[in-house]
Amino acid sequence: MSDVWSWQRAADVLPFILEGFKVTLLATFVGTAIAAVLGLVVALARRSSNRWLTVPLGVAVEFVRSTPLLVQLVFAYLLLTDLSAMTIGFVVLGVHYATYMSEVYRAGIDAVPRGQWEAAKALNLPRARTWRAVVLPQAVRKTLPGLGNYAISMFKETPFLFAIGVVEMFTAAEQYGSRTFVYTEALTLVGILFLVASYPTSLLVRRLETRLA
Amino acid sequence: MSDDLQILLDSLPRLGDAVLVTLQLTVGGAALAFVVAVLLGLGSRTGSLLVRGPSRVVVELLRGTSLVVQLFWLFYVLPVFGFRLESLVCGILALGLNFGAYGAEVVRGSLAAVPTGQWEAAVALDLSPVHRMRRVVFPQAWPLMIPMFTNLLIQLVKGSALATYILLHDLNYFIEQLRRGTQDTVFSYGVGLVLYFLLAYALTLLMNALEVRAKHRVGAGPSLRQVLSVVPGRRPVRAGAA
Repeated sequence: MSDVWSWQRAADVLPFILEGFKVTLLATFVGTAIAAVLGLVVALARRSSNRWLTVPLGVAVEFVRSTPLLVQLVFAYLLLTDLSAMTIGFVVLGVHYATYMSEVYRAGIDAVPRGQWEAAKALNLPRARTWRAVVLPQAVRKTLPGLGNYAISMFKETPFLFAIGVVEMFTAAEQYGSRTFVYTEALTLVGILFLVASYPTSLLVRRLETRLA
Repeated sequence: MSDDLQILLDSLPRLGDAVLVTLQLTVGGAALAFVVAVLLGLGSRTGSLLVRGPSRVVVELLRGTSLVVQLFWLFYVLPVFGFRLESLVCGILALGLNFGAYGAEVVRGSLAAVPTGQWEAAVALDLSPVHRMRRVVFPQAWPLMIPMFTNLLIQLVKGSALATYILLHDLNYFIEQLRRGTQDTVFSYGVGLVLYFLLAYALTLLMNALEVRAKHRVGAGPSLRQVLSVVPGRRPVRAGAA
């Protein structure tokens, strides 16, 4: 056991990983914020009656959603040379997940009963107010667990940022490994940290789901 | 642009090999994931705590520790314990285990969604537990699983792009080589992304066909043949439209 696992090495690498963990969390928060806002914008835009808007948008969403995040990251990194890798990473992560979250919003909006729309119309509420005061508050209740689940999967996909050299916790571990030729402690610790952070959060989301349902 | 196309045409054989590697990862990973999903999904529902406990732990362990970490762990750390795997095996194993764990939740949820009356009827008919699952419950849960499996399959294809970093020459690797050859980032990545998209699209169509067939077999919706028939006047009534 002792030649396989060294507590000394584990202690050596831990500071690097914790430093990277901050970047991982930042990426998750910024990425989720972008995805949540952009996803809503996309979901609303896709309800427009203008086919010149909805058809290209639908194709774009489908395209972003079914091509690898990894390839998108590297593509954007090579293309946008004047932006920092971190900025590109956060934005690409956000845009990729916006396509997922827009579907969550869409389902949430569709789930608002017709009667609510009709009641708003009967009350002669303006369109903007109908959305703001009637539809969205009800839709958001239904979407929160879905958004939470995608935020958790985004958290677990932040290691993809290693491809463009953003030093989040996986990259930190990988760099330590390639310096010392020993990956055991570094990668295992990162895996444990991911589990320790994501499992309680997913339990929380599950509780939210049952409470809001 | 025409130079780009020429280089792309010249490298078609290598493109074929690259797509083959991505397909091997996809098919191998998906097959393993399916087996893992069914085993862990059924395991998570058994009454015996001795089976259910470990099943739950394995599912949460595989879901909670990122796919990237798992892949690199298999590649770099497993040899320390004396298991040196080929890159392709590593990739298939990581994809299969990770997405299998997600699939286990799908299997568990879909089995739970089969009405209790169906379980009770099978018990009343004195079917054995295996028979009950195989002939009554699973066939009804199956159409519910397929759409969610489709999503996981597309995610698996996307995850397979990681293979480049464990030294496999997959589609992602080909894109980078094409970029080096053409010096044209937009062209090579454009081609690459479109190829990934087409692969995902083809798999989605395949899974949709599977879903139509599965629904038809439990008496919901038209058969695949009816859906695919384009003879005018014989178009089947869409499910739910009647």
